[in-house]
Amino acid sequence: QSLAAESFVVSALFSPQLDRGCALHTAARGGLSSVSSQDVPAERPRAIFHTSESDPAKHTEQHEGRLYNIPLEEVKAVFPHGLPHRFQQQIQTFNEARVMVRKPALELLAYLKGSNFAHPAVRYVIYGERGTGKTMTLCHVVHYCSRQGWLVVHIPDAHLWVKNCKELFQSSYNRDRLDQPLQASIWLKNFKTSNEHFLEEIKTQKKYMWGKRESTEEGRPLREVVEQGLARVRSASDAVGVVLRELKLQSHCGSFRLLVAVDGVNALWGQTTLRKEDKSPVSPEELTLVHNLRKMVMNDWNGGAIVTTLSQTGSLFKPSSAYTPQELLGKEGFDALDPFVPIPVPNYSPKEFESCYGYYLERKWLQHEKAHTEDGKAELQFLSGSNPRQLDRLAGPL
Amino acid sequence: LRLICTTTAVQRKNIEASGPEKYTEAFIKKQIEEFNLGKRHLANMMGEDPETFTQEDIDRAIAYLFPSGLFDKQARPMMKHPTEVFPEQRKIQWGEDGRPFHFLFYTGKPSYYSLMHETYEKLLNVQKHQDQLLADDLPLQKEKRNLAGSRWLTRIELEEMLLEKVSDHDYSRFIQLLEKLVAQPCADIEEKYIQKFSKEVPVQLQQVVIEPLQHDERGVAFSTGEGKRKTARATAVVYDNGTGKITVNGIDILHYFPVLQDREQLLFPFQFLGRIGKHDMVCTVSGGGRSAQAGAIRLASAKALRSFVTEKEVEFMRQAGLLTVDPRVKERKKPGQEGPRRKFTWKKR
Repeated sequence: QSLAAESFVVSALFSPQLDRGCALHTAARGGLSSVSSQDVPAERPRAIFHTSESDPAKHTEQHEGRLYNIPLEEVKAVFPHGLPHRFQQQIQTFNEARVMVRKPALELLAYLKGSNFAHPAVRYVIYGERGTGKTMTLCHVVHYCSRQGWLVVHIPDAHLWVKNCKELFQSSYNRDRLDQPLQASIWLKNFKTSNEHFLEEIKTQKKYMWGKRESTEEGRPLREVVEQGLARVRSASDAVGVVLRELKLQSHCGSFRLLVAVDGVNALWGQTTLRKEDKSPVSPEELTLVHNLRKMVMNDWNGGAIVTTLSQTGSLFKPSSAYTPQELLGKEGFDALDPFVPIPVPNYSPKEFESCYGYYLERKWLQHEKAHTEDGKAELQFLSGSNPRQLDRLAGPL
Repeated sequence: LRLICTTTAVQRKNIEASGPEKYTEAFIKKQIEEFNLGKRHLANMMGEDPETFTQEDIDRAIAYLFPSGLFDKQARPMMKHPTEVFPEQRKIQWGEDGRPFHFLFYTGKPSYYSLMHETYEKLLNVQKHQDQLLADDLPLQKEKRNLAGSRWLTRIELEEMLLEKVSDHDYSRFIQLLEKLVAQPCADIEEKYIQKFSKEVPVQLQQVVIEPLQHDERGVAFSTGEGKRKTARATAVVYDNGTGKITVNGIDILHYFPVLQDREQLLFPFQFLGRIGKHDMVCTVSGGGRSAQAGAIRLASAKALRSFVTEKEVEFMRQAGLLTVDPRVKERKKPGQEGPRRKFTWKKR
């Protein structure tokens, strides 16, 4: 009965979107929405790869290996800065955002659904080899949380904060630390886009002084702090710190749930490529942003969850074959993040590979004649080793 | 077109056909004496019995006493019987009074024409024998000669035999005559004569032995193959009933060969036979670079796959070049040049 109700709701959701795509495509979707995600042999084989469940909350093992659609407006609202670059290009090419539902993501969602928010925030570390889909899993979880109405603090790539920084200023708040106004302002802008409505509701609990003249009073909405940071770029990093602090303090009140999603968390405990004016290397603690983020990732607050990803691709001074938490985090990071729930992300299983391949075929991404044959599929599977990134790169020129 | 494989006969430039003797008989005799003496000395040096010292022993002894790293075997020191070293020559064909010995000397190619005469004589003989049998009403047909595994002498070999130049036209005439002789039903009489001009051709494919499949403890069929390319050496073990997983030196191919090109090389034998997801493979490889290792594993896997596949497909693989060792190696740098082919920059002054 519940299944029938859900499919009815879903078909209502999809009827205004029927004008997009070709007629065959919409017919397939329309056909699928009237039936739940169980396979019906009479249907077009292409439609099996998709599922009409657009709400991650309802994704179960039945949906495993299938691609679900995120409407483009939601993409702009929820992911101003989270998605990998190649995926963004794919969205532009195909004019739709399709994310595959995979086992690690389902596992994480199950944990999140069952977590008790009175306990301290549980930390989840998504790890895996290069190109297996860790960032996409993180985005799936972020989408779920934003649908559920959580406040999402999403740092797209912590490595961007520890390398290639053009401007470093000494922090006014603390003499030893260094500020990064550019990165901080970019992040504040994106944070504002993704969490507009929350910024009105949350009020500051303390008075903050920005330099000699400007200050934010107690009880003002957080939006003012963010705008202050955007307006006065010099104090952007401090604004970030203030925002994070406020969120942490207020999350246990229960008015909202907080999700801290950090991609490339191993950057917080590694080395940086930045140097001070006297050419001495900067260690991560000396950066304000990193310092505040570390406090955020600690599990001394409750009312939410912390989901992080390890990334070798942007990491500095780590061998390319390293992918376990031990290797990438180092001793310091491991102790800081311990205890955490590790979630490994493997390469595509045969079923997932089939659905990805079917999706590319359906969207006519694979133009080569041989790619349509069984042999071509076997070849692609062999050459890519069922690695999502390799498959994506292989399918590009075809 | 450059001849890549040459026979020693061509290289010798046919000295025997060019002119009068370069080496006198006395000289050759002296060389033979010296050779035998030297052989006895060598046997003494090596501590072997001089009486039973064969040519192989001589070769081994020389290789031991004068080790050489030169690639060309002909360039290394060797000690052979003078008849092998000095090419055969025509003896002087006229006497002291200037009168030639052979009656066909003034044709310019005495041995060739005498050969033609002889062969024609044999042909006439056979025909006479045939007529006799016909007259006696005896059956003519006897067993047919097996022409499949034999070939006639080549023109070069004929020149060696006759010690004089044979032109293409003459050679084709001679072969026609031989064919005519062999076509006669009673040619068995002159079998001995014909055999002087024919050679055995060893059948190519019989030399390659395809090993049968072996089975390991679990009952899975597998076979091994070895391959090499440049300096890389690889051994591959291909298992049946697999999922297409390949491990190299204990590492998955996606990690060992991050470059697509190498993985394509590994894919080629399986794709050619259409068995991409059916076999598992475990290989070990050492030496060479990235590309050389990939080529070596490709050869090894193709050799291993021969046991799983019909003979026709093995022939297809051979023609596709999957079973051939790639002979290309790094060419040596020559003195006076910057590289193997590149010369130094030419300056006008």
